[in-house]
Amino acid sequence: MTIDLEMAEIAKVFFQESREGLDVMESGLLSLGATADRENINTIFRAAHSIKGGSATFGFAEVAGFTHGVETLLDEMRNGVRPVTAEAIQTLLQACDCLREMIAATEAEQPLDQVRIASLNSDITHILGGGPSEAPALAPVSVPTSAPAEGNAAAGTGAVHVPCGWRVIFQPVAGLLRLRNEPTRMFAELRRLGEVVARADVSRLPQLDALDPESCYLSWNIEITGQISRPKLDEIFDWVDSGCRLEFTPTGEAVPAAPVPAAQTVQQPQVPNAAPEQAKAGSAADADRGASAGAPAQKAAGDSGSIRVATEKVDDIINLVGELLITQSMLSGFADGIDPNDLDRLRQGLAQLARNTRELQESVMQIRMLPISFAFNRFPRIVHDLSRKLAKKVELKLSGEGTELDKTVLEKISDPLVHLVRNALDHGLEIPERRIAAGKQETGTLELAAFHEGGNIIIEVRDDGAGLNKAKILQKARERALVAPDQELTDEQIDNLIFMPGFSTAEQISDVSGRGVGMDVVRRNINDLGGHVQISSKEGLGSTIRIRLPLTLAILDGQLVRVGKEIYIISLLAIVETIQVARERVNTLVGRTEVFRLRDEYLPVVKLCDQFGVEPDSRSAEDGLLVVLEADGKRVGVLVDDLLAQQQVVIKSLESNFKSVAGIAGATILGDGTVALIIDAPGLISSAAKQGAGAVAAHAA
Amino acid sequence: MMITAKPTAGADKSAAESSEQYLTFMLAGEEYGVDILRVQEIKGWDKVTRIPHTPDYVLGVINLRGAVVPILDLRRRFGLETIAFGPTTVVIVVRVMTGRDERTVGVVVDAVSEVYNVDAADAKPPPDVCGTVDTVFVKALVTIEEKMLILLDIDRLIGNSIVDELVPGAEVA
Repeated sequence: MTIDLEMAEIAKVFFQESREGLDVMESGLLSLGATADRENINTIFRAAHSIKGGSATFGFAEVAGFTHGVETLLDEMRNGVRPVTAEAIQTLLQACDCLREMIAATEAEQPLDQVRIASLNSDITHILGGGPSEAPALAPVSVPTSAPAEGNAAAGTGAVHVPCGWRVIFQPVAGLLRLRNEPTRMFAELRRLGEVVARADVSRLPQLDALDPESCYLSWNIEITGQISRPKLDEIFDWVDSGCRLEFTPTGEAVPAAPVPAAQTVQQPQVPNAAPEQAKAGSAADADRGASAGAPAQKAAGDSGSIRVATEKVDDIINLVGELLITQSMLSGFADGIDPNDLDRLRQGLAQLARNTRELQESVMQIRMLPISFAFNRFPRIVHDLSRKLAKKVELKLSGEGTELDKTVLEKISDPLVHLVRNALDHGLEIPERRIAAGKQETGTLELAAFHEGGNIIIEVRDDGAGLNKAKILQKARERALVAPDQELTDEQIDNLIFMPGFSTAEQISDVSGRGVGMDVVRRNINDLGGHVQISSKEGLGSTIRIRLPLTLAILDGQLVRVGKEIYIISLLAIVETIQVARERVNTLVGRTEVFRLRDEYLPVVKLCDQFGVEPDSRSAEDGLLVVLEADGKRVGVLVDDLLAQQQVVIKSLESNFKSVAGIAGATILGDGTVALIIDAPGLISSAAKQGAGAVAAHAA
Repeated sequence: MMITAKPTAGADKSAAESSEQYLTFMLAGEEYGVDILRVQEIKGWDKVTRIPHTPDYVLGVINLRGAVVPILDLRRRFGLETIAFGPTTVVIVVRVMTGRDERTVGVVVDAVSEVYNVDAADAKPPPDVCGTVDTVFVKALVTIEEKMLILLDIDRLIGNSIVDELVPGAEVA
């Protein structure tokens, strides 16, 4: 492996961590709006510093230069020199966006947006210029980690006076090499700046038998001649971590009687032990070390000891565990057949195997689980920006951020959630004047909550805005012929009309919502995840959108049903109840559609045998069982011959080797090794509803 | 000109570089060949799980060590007379490229036959009309030991069978 490749790998880690750092900065800045506490500013500062340090090391001078300005501003805020104003926060937020783009552009090796950078730079300089502190040059200046402010200022002023040489005393800690720092590489860098004479001090070198080959016992006395600015030197030694003795002494006559101390010992604070807040702030400050070591870094979310694992690897384990489950159930089936004295022990062993596999499966599934904060984290910013734009006052409340769900589900739910939040802000919450007029608090509340309920995760988006205008929705639905003119609907049914395709009551499409991603798309995305969305709303009091999602897409709690000789699986989530039906409660409508009366409701009967072309035991409803399925608020009764076991099944894709089939959501492998198909309940219901709707309506009328 | 390809037991190291190995199988009295590099394994016929809304030549799916693999009946696919599956009936599991994806698919044939080295130069394009098999699936014809061998374009055959022709909700044939 060449160094270039290795560097590219490390750079990738840097880009990833910079993004995390930016997220930390952004969330910090947003909470800064409410309270300007020091701790928070420290966190933001450290994130900015790590990005600067990293980018300087990788030679991304523009990123480093830009971040330096940001960092200077943050440093002054941190030291209380600069007040935390809304204007400054806004500028810093924009700087975060800009940095994000710069990092993306650098990674893609695209040109940077110089106009934007320059304009933000001048904004920052403008803010900096209005105070007691000198605005430092926006050159790629590096300051040692968490260096005291005086050192920072000195470095800034020092940059102006360039001496014609330096004497550097460099006495690294013993663990230098283990941190993947390579002194010879630093010397090579120094050599690029000027003529270097380095003398190694071997006085600390122990006897050979006491020598640890991975430790560094050497220290150096380096003379370097040339017009070199102090920051350039700092940049080279930036990675040298805490505990090193590092002294820079300018040599030569060009040294002015400037405030630069003759010998400045930069005693860097111990970064890893700096304070507990460091741990709390996640890996922001650790990022530079992580990047240089190429080590898996922690997530910025704040939980320590997390690892970054390639999803494929985890998927492989999940597949293997699925296999294990299959083997186990195969063995269980086998045990029922034999009957010597060993049977008890075999049963015991199998029980243990069953427990082990289940535990293993659970823990492996946990690897894929991520807290929903990964999706929630972007909302403070979205709400902040949008509420400014719409001139509304909004307080965002998040709860249950720690609720975990499958990574795939998490990724796919993010966009629908953004849409729902935008909708709530644009259509739900009112402008302050109207809120006051309605006797409500001026500031509206938007709540995002996540929690577990049964085997599902529930995400709720609640606002205390105007609620849905039911009369208007019903009128619109009648205009569009989505609802028959004389059809009576419950309030809940009216609310849920907004999920119908092509439905929008917005008089005019704003650029906030109405971008072509309608509520029907939200619902479809959620349905694709095996989930379910519902809205309930009280006029004048607000709306609640409730999303129910399965915890994972890899495993499903299934009910095995038999039709003739075939076995199918229905997700337990879709099953409302199973009933035996009496002949007199089944009516045949308009020739062949059968409906069944369940309490006050007429449900269309779907015969799986006809749907799937299977020869059943019996075609008449009273001989079989009717499984009532529900999806999207619609219900159907599915006629099967028998109910078999309920079990967790590992979902296998039909599409990977074949293609998707109508009415089938996937396949799984049963204990006997055969394949069973999983029924796509929402698909089945919607196709049945299309066939049966007319008939039911005709009957009910 | 006539006999340049010779049967091999599988490990003919002297095979010219331009030659390819083909696994041949029997189907209604004709011998067909598929590129041996595409063949993953050969297994006996076993029960399948039927899939609704698919053409009749899609017999169903099987569990192949955890993967759900569709099984196609080549006799039905080519519109040949169907026969009861006997002891020689086998499933040839092949890996095919359909579009961008690689798929694993099993095809049911009457019996496996031989492995031949086929010199690329001897392969002849199929005539426009070629008996029972739709000629678009025929890559080439070669003559080996006085008999004709039909080399199949397995990618196109499978791709057409499972991707292009299947429409969701298609009528059960």
